[in-house]
Amino acid sequence: MSAGRRGAASVGTTVLGITALVGVGVTVGLGLALPDTREQGEYARLIAVHPPIAWVAYVAVGVTALGSALWLWPRTRSSAWDVLAGASAEIAVVFTALTLVTGSIWGRATWGVWWAWDARLTLTAVLLVMELGYLALRRVPAPRSVRATRAAIAALLAAVVVPVNHMAVDWWRTLHQGRSLVRPDPGEAADPPFVAAMLVGFVAMTLVYAWMLWHRTRVANLEEQLEHEGLRAALAERHAEGRAQIEAEVAAR
Amino acid sequence: MNLLRHAGLVAGKDLRVEMRSRVATNQVAPFAVLVLVLFAFALDPDRGVLVRAAAGLFWVAVLFSALLAVQRSQSIDAADGVPDALRLAALDPAAVFLGKAAALAVQLLALELLLGIGVVVLYGVDVAGVGTLAVTCLVATAGVAAAGTVYGVLAAGLRVRDTLLPLLLLPVLAPVLIAATRASEAALLGGAVDVAAADWIRLLGVFAIAYVAFGALAYGSLLEDV
Repeated sequence: MSAGRRGAASVGTTVLGITALVGVGVTVGLGLALPDTREQGEYARLIAVHPPIAWVAYVAVGVTALGSALWLWPRTRSSAWDVLAGASAEIAVVFTALTLVTGSIWGRATWGVWWAWDARLTLTAVLLVMELGYLALRRVPAPRSVRATRAAIAALLAAVVVPVNHMAVDWWRTLHQGRSLVRPDPGEAADPPFVAAMLVGFVAMTLVYAWMLWHRTRVANLEEQLEHEGLRAALAERHAEGRAQIEAEVAAR
Repeated sequence: MNLLRHAGLVAGKDLRVEMRSRVATNQVAPFAVLVLVLFAFALDPDRGVLVRAAAGLFWVAVLFSALLAVQRSQSIDAADGVPDALRLAALDPAAVFLGKAAALAVQLLALELLLGIGVVVLYGVDVAGVGTLAVTCLVATAGVAAAGTVYGVLAAGLRVRDTLLPLLLLPVLAPVLIAATRASEAALLGGAVDVAAADWIRLLGVFAIAYVAFGALAYGSLLEDV
């Protein structure tokens, strides 16, 4: 592989990217085609995007925790896991913030308020701040292994919020509706077109996540490589300078 | 058994350092009371508002003071070759964690007693259920001390630790703030509020157990590189 080729997308990422884009297009189409509902009017269409975005936020936090655990485990310790965890965490921040934004819009339409202090909203906000704390920890000037270990522990602690948040609507009395996919009571399941749009949304958003993760990891690896090569180039330059000086001195004698 | 004995030694060391340096009594405790007074200024001397918000204000003051106590707890271990001495002592990292968390918990409990007196005197609150309040304080403090020790060592030794610690620790302690406030409200206001203190105390207990267990397991890998 030539140096120039590495920066560009490979066939795999191109296919993945296009599939993700098509998936998002189909989700938007299906979502907009949904009929108005009696209770929520046209805002019920948010079901095509809000749960899938929240799902990706969960997945991204989960992948960060997995990468962190693999870094902490001495037998699997490799900087690749640390890079993966960091890349996934950045995407997690974006999708957690999007979850709060889309949820807020939906909440304004159905509950009449942008924000309510119920368990699920509060925990999602806590998760967002914990992710920001994790990213802040990753940017701290410290040796690589020190930083990676500390960040990994912070990531594992943040990941605990996800299962609690998932169950929060059952454990506490919340304004937020029950879990979307696995309902404890089958009687209150949504209509098939809504479920279909949501499921397509899940697939599309997961593909978008995979595509973003792939590229973010690649950029992180390239950054690292650049750092190494920059150091090597600087060293070579200094060597050459020194050699030229010695040669000049020898010639003068 | 050795674990607890070693933890006791570490806790004793931390508490002796605090007794002699008097940073906790001369700086952290006055700061905590100051926070209570500032809340009173902000919320008007109208007793009604202060009484209703007393539980929440109390726990916010505890959390802010806990930040200072956590920073202090880590900084006494950063100086005078303590990290090397701890390593040479061949103590189990779990014992170091439990000891440091226990020392922190003792300081926080003393602080909560002081703040409790402050709330009664300054805000004019009558405590209806002393027992419930005491249990809430004990369980919540165990959680705050354990989580504080974990995140304290995460930020220790870094150049940006003073600004990083609040960002890392306060969101984690948000559930403690919520649960402890609800349980304390039940204790302070008696039957006037419709909350079951026992459920919130149970939540505090789960939080404390989770962080004590996690800290005891993870402290070793964090001590390696400090």
